[in-house]
Amino acid sequence: MDKTIGSLALAVATIGDGMTVMIGGFGGSGAPVELIHALIDRFLATGHPHDLTVVNNNAGNGHVGLAALIEAGMVRKLICSFPRSADPVVFTERYLAGRIDLELVPQGTLAERIRAGGAGIPAFYTPTGHGTDLAKGKPVEVFDGRPYVRERWLKADVALVKAHLGDRLGNLTYRMAARNFGPLMCMAAARTIVQVSRIVEPGQIDPEAVVTPGIFVQGLVEVPVPAQEEDLNRAGARYPRVAE
Amino acid sequence: MIAKLSPTQMAWRAAQDIDDGAYVNLGIGFPELVARFQPPGRQAIFHTENGILGFGGAPHPGEEDWDLINAGKKAVTIKPGTAFFHHADSFAMVRGGHLDVAILGAYEVAETGDLANWSTGPKGVPAVGGAMDLVHGARRVAVMTDHVTKDGKPKLVARCTLPLTGVACVTRVYSSHAVIDIEGGHFVLREKLPGLSLDDLQSLTGAELRTPGPVGDLIVPEL
Repeated sequence: MDKTIGSLALAVATIGDGMTVMIGGFGGSGAPVELIHALIDRFLATGHPHDLTVVNNNAGNGHVGLAALIEAGMVRKLICSFPRSADPVVFTERYLAGRIDLELVPQGTLAERIRAGGAGIPAFYTPTGHGTDLAKGKPVEVFDGRPYVRERWLKADVALVKAHLGDRLGNLTYRMAARNFGPLMCMAAARTIVQVSRIVEPGQIDPEAVVTPGIFVQGLVEVPVPAQEEDLNRAGARYPRVAE
Repeated sequence: MIAKLSPTQMAWRAAQDIDDGAYVNLGIGFPELVARFQPPGRQAIFHTENGILGFGGAPHPGEEDWDLINAGKKAVTIKPGTAFFHHADSFAMVRGGHLDVAILGAYEVAETGDLANWSTGPKGVPAVGGAMDLVHGARRVAVMTDHVTKDGKPKLVARCTLPLTGVACVTRVYSSHAVIDIEGGHFVLREKLPGLSLDDLQSLTGAELRTPGPVGDLIVPEL
């Protein structure tokens, strides 16, 4: 078995119109910038995919990565907890113009919905959001004298995730706080595509150190020196590059 | 114009109540200042929603590693004892009752313990982040806030008018003028600025301040 994919273009080739795509990362940390840009390249070349529902903690920053995906007009709906950033102009303008839908989810509920999706748990109860606008219309049940809100699982057609090391079987390690939503999203998607800084042979990752077991990963592509969204933004980058 | 505490001074006061070994989440913005004022001999362990326990201060400019940030997306550092984990574990720590203290900002706090700190109304783009999770689970949920708005209106009120973050969740308020506990649906005054009369403080507060016990002087060093 070998889950490696030879190019970024091949890695994103099967993502179709209208799919739900989970994209890892918290702000720029853990954002799979190269996979996102490869998806934009495909859209510019073929007109597909469009009308995507994207699940991410945020809504992009500046004009690269997720912000660029939105700016390209590929995203119909965003499911996130915090659609603000240092430079949220791309999402903000589209949202206020009614050109993109937003489902706002408390961050811990977002994480648990994704985990539940991957774990085969269709719903769960949480204290989070009870009595607030974000729980309106949701069933409430009292357990041990305290009210809890019922939340549904969240699953995706595809997850695009950034990890650090990956072996050919899909076992993954992450780098510091870039882990964030990655292990959860890997579990919750029908097809999980991961960009890693280095693909290694099975056995080269200590089994004790594996964070995401390979069963949750369908494809791996190597991006040896991944871009950091924060660095791109500080350099004023845009994707795709604007013609001079 | 009555003298009041600066955000740094409020942070100092809040830090005095954090025990050695406590696990603490500090909200984005002014509450982050609390980490600077741990009393000598005490070491709290700070949690950030995006998956770090026990992180250190900001790196030197130019030495940022953007895989190592806090919930405010600012660069932080690791130190001996730092642990990384994924988002579901991070919020298990929050909702599961494993944090000792969460200190958050506020637009409004009600005498019922209700908190409004995520939305100023239907205009603009709503964003909630981890605030609604943090108000449930931590053993103490404290708020650090100016006592009144920029227009002089009370931020400590009978009932919140802005969209709620959580119901009956706040247990203590560190304001620019006072330290107030929330007990049994009432504001209970514990400390106030020494130059401020109870009547004056009450006039800046949108609900009754009760004083069932002694009221101490809120004395904070110049910082």
